[in-house]
Amino acid sequence: MLEVYLNQIASGALTGLVYGLATLGLSVIFGVCRIINFAHGEMMVVGMYLALMAFRWFGLDPLLSVPLVGAILFCCGYALQGALINRLIDVPEHMQFIMLTAIAIVIVSACLLIFGPDLQNAPLAYAYDSYAIGPFLIDKVRILAGGAALVVAGLLGAFFRWTYLGKSIRACGDNLTGARVIGLNVKQLFAFSFGLGAACIGAAGCILLLLVDVQPYLATDYTLLAFVIVIVGGLGSLAGALVSGVIIGVSEALAGLLVQPSLKSVFSFGLLILVLLLRPQGLFGRQQG
Amino acid sequence: MAKLHRPLSRRVVLAGASAAVAAGIMPRRAHAALAPLKVGVIHPTSGFMAMIGQICNRGAVVAPAILKDLGYPDLEIVYGDTESNPDIARAAGERLIDGGAQILVGAFDSGQTTTLAQTAEQRKIPLMIDIAGAPQITEQGYQYVFRNFPRAPDIVGGALNVHKLVFAASGKTPSKVVCLYRNDTYGNAIKGALDAMVPKFDMPYKIVEFIAYDPQSRDLSVEVAKAKATDAEVVLAVSVANDAILLTREMVKQRWEPWGVLSAGPGWYDQSYRKALGKLGNYVISTVPWHDPRKKLTQLMLQALDKKYPGEAVDSSTAYVFEALLIVADAYKRAGSAAPQALVEALRATNIPASDSITIGNGKGIFFDAKGQVNGIPMAGVQNQDGLPKVVLPLASAEANLVFPVPGWQARV
Repeated sequence: MLEVYLNQIASGALTGLVYGLATLGLSVIFGVCRIINFAHGEMMVVGMYLALMAFRWFGLDPLLSVPLVGAILFCCGYALQGALINRLIDVPEHMQFIMLTAIAIVIVSACLLIFGPDLQNAPLAYAYDSYAIGPFLIDKVRILAGGAALVVAGLLGAFFRWTYLGKSIRACGDNLTGARVIGLNVKQLFAFSFGLGAACIGAAGCILLLLVDVQPYLATDYTLLAFVIVIVGGLGSLAGALVSGVIIGVSEALAGLLVQPSLKSVFSFGLLILVLLLRPQGLFGRQQG
Repeated sequence: MAKLHRPLSRRVVLAGASAAVAAGIMPRRAHAALAPLKVGVIHPTSGFMAMIGQICNRGAVVAPAILKDLGYPDLEIVYGDTESNPDIARAAGERLIDGGAQILVGAFDSGQTTTLAQTAEQRKIPLMIDIAGAPQITEQGYQYVFRNFPRAPDIVGGALNVHKLVFAASGKTPSKVVCLYRNDTYGNAIKGALDAMVPKFDMPYKIVEFIAYDPQSRDLSVEVAKAKATDAEVVLAVSVANDAILLTREMVKQRWEPWGVLSAGPGWYDQSYRKALGKLGNYVISTVPWHDPRKKLTQLMLQALDKKYPGEAVDSSTAYVFEALLIVADAYKRAGSAAPQALVEALRATNIPASDSITIGNGKGIFFDAKGQVNGIPMAGVQNQDGLPKVVLPLASAEANLVFPVPGWQARV
């Protein structure tokens, strides 16, 4: 039975890395722009459909379509921020909520119109492969998905740490007034950050297509999951999002084994309640004020 | 006045005689004055059950023309979508009624049908349930709700009988079975019936674990790992197509090769399942109420479906929707009125001979008990072979040979 638990921990951790990557987008957008992206799951579904089309039209493996889809989502995110969301920076939060929820509904309806309600997937040659290493039996798709999530997250971390643009964006997130004082073009940086977050979400969508079939209604579940992960990890914390994704992935896997699989999400939400009560800023978040 | 006293001409006599003869030869045309009956057909055509809902609707697409040719009144079908959600099923039913639907037919899923039945009863509009197994739906004392589909205990009793036939025919009897079931109204109804009935049926196996899963889950790896850890020889599954696909994929990835999957419900014979999995979808045995391909009306239905959806196999979901519309058309014809009470009384008096129906049925015909339920509907053993669902049990109706235990995953591709 031990190997069953070990297998599930490994599997949950790999899936959690993809969840974490998906949440990085939400975290970047909130951390810099202070906008809570309620269209998060919907944008990820768009990423999944783009990867699916790249697979069907060009035979491109969803993993290889990450740069392409990331670039498309970056442009969309940049344009969205510049055209609509920048106008909402200083309005009450409920206005942002309504605007982004409206955008989410438009995206779902458009997906329904274009792709229909059916589940669709990319039938990859290696979809059913698994590796047996001692007592471990892990499917290839999860290893690739987890690995890709780590690579994308690593690149994002490196961008923020070592590039001038990344440092400028962090400056905006840390101290908006200070960033303005030293002459940073804040609006442009906001748009770039939103684009970067959207690119991250698109990349996660490509990778997620390896694990789940896509349909328009998938979005709501993943928006909710992303909020759970980002709140547990700490709003605005990149490392927190990734680690929290792994914690949620593993806890759901273990809860499914120890209790009843249909109750596994109870553990994620239980963890969310605990964190909100005991450490409201999240495991890796900074105390406000 | 002059016209009244006009003597009968030869032409008038001939015309009258011809009309009388025609009326005698074609008595079924007597309903011709009936206006089309507006039937609200409601299924989950979007959301996570979208595929099966659309397959259900195919029965409603072809039924009106066939039934009209057979002398039944016109049916005007208007469609509703439950969006795979019980609450929306209620609202969709309301919308159909507000839009003029005179009778409802639906709704495939027990949870959605439960709320739809409440709506029908509140609005006093008859509901003809085509597919839904939860027993409580017809145990509420409803006056406007009728069901031509087996209840969960009937499904389970029939399934257990088929299991015994499978083991007897193959000479292989498992001692341990694990049950994976959807944690929804239908899944829990089947689980409850299994709990109650397995001991009574003196089954050779023990169900070592019941594993409930979230019907909307996108990942069933934990569930399959847990089932695999039980060392059960056979999987007993209660699923619809989406989760059946996920379960099969995980079984392949986790290299778990049980003797076979016995399904007590839809999902595993669905076209969407067979299409998604190709050869990996072969050999699952479903215990389901099925259509009888030897019946005349079934042949008409199959021909029409083949013309409309060429090359696509027909499953019992389509057939039961067709049969529900047959019952509705028959009731309307006898009622001679679309008034709800008249339709309800005609439905109560339904007595369609077995030979005029679509499904294998109980052999006695379609008629409702005091609760609005058709009883004694048997199960068939249907196994996916060469990408198609084929009847393998009972042997008298078999169109292919049973394969059990099933070949391993690697041997199929």
